[in-house]
This record gives sequence, C-alpha cells and structure tokens, in this order.
Amino acid sequence: MSEITEDSGNVVETGGIASGAAASGTAASAGGDERPVRVSVRDLHVTFRKDNLDVHAVRGVSFDLRAGETLALVGESGSGKSVTCRSLMRLLPRNARLDGDVRFDGRDVLALDRKALRDLRGNRIAMIFQDPMTSLDPTMIIGRQITETIRLHTSVGRREARERAIRLLDQVGISDAARRFHQYPHEFSGGQRQRIVIAIALACHPDVLIADEPTTALDVTMQAQILDLLADIQRDTGTAIILVTHDLGVVAKAADRVAVMYAGRIVEYGTADEIFYNPRHPYTWGLLGSTPTLDTERGRLRPIPGVPPNLAAIPAGDAFAPRNAYALAVDERYEPPFFAVSPTHAAATWLLDPRAPQVEPPAEIRWRWRIWHELQHLEGAA
Amino acid sequence: MRRWLTFIGSRLVMMAVTMLIIVTVTFFLMHALPGTPYNNQALLSNDQLVQLNKKYGFDKPLLLQYLAYLGGILHGDFGISLQFSDQPVTTLMATRIGPSIQLGLQAVVLGTVLGVLLGALAAANQNTWIDRFCSSIAILGRSVPNYVVAVIVQSIFAISLRLLPVGLWDQGFRSTILPTLALSIAPLADAARFIRTEMIDVLTSDYIELARAKGMSEPMIVVRHALRNSLIPLITVIGPMIAGLMTGSLVIETIFSVPGIGEQFTKSILSNDYYTIMAVTIWYSAVLVEVVFLMDVLYQIADPRVRIVGKEGE
Repeated sequence: MSEITEDSGNVVETGGIASGAAASGTAASAGGDERPVRVSVRDLHVTFRKDNLDVHAVRGVSFDLRAGETLALVGESGSGKSVTCRSLMRLLPRNARLDGDVRFDGRDVLALDRKALRDLRGNRIAMIFQDPMTSLDPTMIIGRQITETIRLHTSVGRREARERAIRLLDQVGISDAARRFHQYPHEFSGGQRQRIVIAIALACHPDVLIADEPTTALDVTMQAQILDLLADIQRDTGTAIILVTHDLGVVAKAADRVAVMYAGRIVEYGTADEIFYNPRHPYTWGLLGSTPTLDTERGRLRPIPGVPPNLAAIPAGDAFAPRNAYALAVDERYEPPFFAVSPTHAAATWLLDPRAPQVEPPAEIRWRWRIWHELQHLEGAA
Repeated sequence: MRRWLTFIGSRLVMMAVTMLIIVTVTFFLMHALPGTPYNNQALLSNDQLVQLNKKYGFDKPLLLQYLAYLGGILHGDFGISLQFSDQPVTTLMATRIGPSIQLGLQAVVLGTVLGVLLGALAAANQNTWIDRFCSSIAILGRSVPNYVVAVIVQSIFAISLRLLPVGLWDQGFRSTILPTLALSIAPLADAARFIRTEMIDVLTSDYIELARAKGMSEPMIVVRHALRNSLIPLITVIGPMIAGLMTGSLVIETIFSVPGIGEQFTKSILSNDYYTIMAVTIWYSAVLVEVVFLMDVLYQIADPRVRIVGKEGE
C-alpha cells in the first residue's frame, strides 16, 4: 500500500496502480485459497436501455467465487447486487447489455448460445428468489415443479425423478414428502415454500447457488432456519453460494466473504470479520451504523443520509461523495481506486491514500476497530 | 364427494331463485309495455277486443295471469304465440333454437381457440412486429361490426370463389361455415386481447422467472406455465360470451337467412308478442345462468386455489 503513496502526484495514475496492487484488480478474491474458482467476474458492466436512457446498473464489478464458499453481496436497493448475480446466468431483461468477462469453470458465460445457457441454468448454476409466495407456479403441484427441472437436465424416467424429488423435499425439511409431493403451493406456509424453492434449486446438484435475498420475505425465526438449511447444504455438497442481501445480520450469520456494493460498484470487500470489525469505507461505516446490534444504545440507529445517485446520470468522481460526511475534495473529481488493507481486504476510498487527512470514524466504528485490534493481538499471541 | 353435492345443490337452488326473479320481473315489465299484441287494433270493435282478451286470458287480474303463467311454465307450457298463427311458443322456439345454438357454439369455440393462440403469440413476442400484427387483428375484430365481416366473407368465399353457399340453411355443415366465421370475430378479438394482457402479466411473474432459471426454453415456459395461468381467468369471460352467442344474432341470421331465434325475437318485440318475448328472455337468462354455473364448476376444477370442494380426507 505504501508504494502507491510515494507515487507521482498524478492521482489517476495512482488509481490504476492501486487497483492493480490490490489483489490484481480482482475485487473480493480470497487470498491464498486453494479451492477451485467456480465463477470469475472481471470488470462486469450492465446497462439497461430504457426510453433512450442508459441506466448503468453495474459499473465494473470483479470478483471470484470458489467452490464451497459463501460470498455475500451487500448494499441498499439499486446498488446492483441483484443484477450482478443475475448476470452470472444471464437472467436479465432483453434491454440489458452486458460487457466484461464472466466465466463459469473457465467457460465464457457471456458468449454462450441459448442452448448452452439453458444447460447451465438450473443445472450448474441455480437460483433462489426473494419471495417464496410468488416464485412457485400456483397451478402446478410442487412435486412436478421439482421433477420438471430434474427431467430437463437429466435423462431419468418419470418414476426416478419422482423419487429424487421426494428425497429432495425430505432433505430440505418437508415432512411427509411423498404425500406433500402432490400438493399445490398454496397448501404450504412461506417458510415451507422457500424450502421447496431450495429443493428445486438443488435438483441437479448445482456448483453455484445464487440466493437473491432468500430470507427477506420471511419472519425472523424462519430466516434462521433457512440460513441453517443453506449452511447444511453447503457442508454436504460443497456448493458455492452467492448470497445477495441488504441485511448485515444475515451476512454475519452466513457469509465467509463480503463485498459491499454501492451504485453499481464494489466499494469494499474482505472476509466477514474484516468487514464487520475493520471496515474502512465510509459507506460500510454507514451500513454498519444503520444496523441494530445488541450493543446499540436505546435505538440510536444512524441512517445514511440522502439517496443513491440516479444510475442514468452518474456524476463524475466518487458516486457516494454527495452522501459522504467524510468526502474529500478529490472525491468530486476522481473515482477512488481500491486500496489494499490486507491480502483479502480492500476498500475504494481516498481516505486510505496516505496523503488523505486522518479522519475520526463514528464511535461505533471505533468500537469495532478496538475489537479488531484485540482479536489481532490475541491471534498474534496464539 | 359430499362437498361437491352440497356445492352443486346450493348452486342449483340459487339458480332456481334467480330464474324465478327473472320470470317475475319479465312478466310484469311486459305488461307495463304500451300497446297491445293486436296489430290492427283500430279496426277491432269493442266486442271483438273483449272476446280476444278473454281468449288469451288478458281479462283476468294481472296477478292471476302471472300465477297461471308460472303454472304453465312448470308444465313446459310457455303460452301461445300471438303473432305466428297461435302456435305454442315452445314449438315455435324448438324449430328455431337449433341453428342459433349450433352457430353460437361453433363461433365461441373457433373464436376462443384462435383468440388464445393469437393472444399468446402476441404476449410471448411483446413489442415485436408479431405482437403488433396480432394486436391489430384483435383491434380490427373488435371495431369492425360482424355484419361487415359477414358481407366480406360472403363476397370472397361464396361469390368470388364459389366455395360455400351465400346463405340459407340447406347444406348442413357447409351452410354454417360463413356465419360461424362472421360470428367468431368478436370472441376472437376479446379472447386475444384478454389473453395477451393476462399473459404479459403472468410472464413477468416470479414463477416464470424461476422457470427461466431452471433452464426451460421460452416456448416450453409458455406452454407449461404461462398458458394455464392465463387461461383460468378467461373462464370467467367466456361464460357470458357463450350465452350471448347462443341466443342468436339477428343481423347475422338475417344476412345468411338462417332460421334462428334472433330473428324471431326481434319480430316478436315489434309486435308485442308477449309470450314469445318472455320465452326468449327466459331462455336467454337460463342459458346465462347455466353457463355461469358450469364455468364456476370448471373454475373449481382448473384452479387449485379456489378449490373449496373435494379434497376428501385431507
């Protein structure tokens, strides 16, 4: 990090080197991990053309996802997290344009033809949606909705598909599966329906499971159960999971690594511990400050002021600057590059540039940093 | 099964009550009409009038007439036609109703099948030239009156190509083709527009998105998931459509010289032929009530969410 700072005065150039220095331009890549990379995304841009306006929903996102790990994409509505993960299976409306490089097991997903894409969807990459109340066909028995996927991607017969579906239902915790196979979605509760959607997703043993806000529509006890279920599945099958959420509580419970997104970009990434206890980006500070914890004093939540920028007309400089109490003059003109904090942790904020003034983060963040230092200390001692 | 019987039983009772109300309202409205059924009343002497009124029972108090009429209906006697040489209304209608029912059913079946195809095609290709083409046909079908269509198909298929008869009811099925075509334009347009809207709605729903995420192809998604979900609400529109078409269309029947009930209905209204008007009105209502009932039963079978009946032992 320090060699960046001693660079010439040219900020833009510094930016280029900085992002190169931090995990070679690869946001959210686990350093020193030996597990195979399942999904690799480089400089992904997604643009929606609407009424002669280009809406830049995703602006240069890069990350790797390795087998067996859970990566959380966090951010408020419209930050591009859903669009990013839908891009992995190209599940986007017709007016979407994708640029960049998305690879699944080395194959170029953006270059796949329709047939190859269908072979990928539901088979190698599966998805769980936000609202279990609406994501099942109300006029089809749930069993058929599972066997449909199995028979689409494998050559098993009707009976075997049925047996597999019943085993899947059993696996996701639907009791009396053989009988309930014949029931319609409205005969199940919200939590049960999400289990069925998960069973559909697991039907072909996918390598990657995309969970787009899987617990948002459920009540809290149900949330914990569904997250436990996903963790069990991952332990048993080694599936990599991308968890899209705006709920940091969910992240803390389920994620190995976290990428914080804002206005179509990743602004900070790191291990879950690094993001929770050593956050460096003011936006991450804001997110943490607006999430209740056991230590939150008497309902003192601090929402982030303002609203996200209009993605059809993003101003120059750092998109978060207008809402950022810690914004520097340079933010108005240049987008910050990633500054490495550790081999696994980087944040895109000029505050990490050594020339930047030292700022005092909110008390809650300083409290988190203290915990981090104690943790580091303990680890050093051990 | 018992729940089915309860459901059907209670619906039958409701239907009977509905019919009684319709008969009653029609009867009293009929007698509130100005004029009499006699087309040459001015030439009739008072004695003749009294005699005629006595013959048809119009001299009795209205309430007694009403009760007598109700009693007659229960025995299948709908009175005698005042206009067509004192024939019983039932015989009169029996000869006329067949062609109307046949034409109506053929038109509904042809119209909805084509309409659903057209609407589904438009929705699956929303905002492309296919959509615009299908939607234009639907708008045309709704805005061009069926008698214009009738004349067009007559001039093409009967006069220019000489493939089919221009009119009359003497060549069996061949005679029904052109009037069916003309009549089917409206249900076709309605079904196409209805299915297009429904399906566009359905195609943006989460379970269709999930079907895409499963790796299904678009045609497969339309057939397996989208079509059924958009067809169910069509059941509710199709009922009144069937009833409307089965009771005969005056214009089409006239253009093709079809001996149907529509023509007779109009004539009977013009001549204050009480019993015929009432019988046709009751027929129309009965068809409507029955069709609505059948559609409700169908809905019960088609949509698992409204299944209040069945599911024994669960």
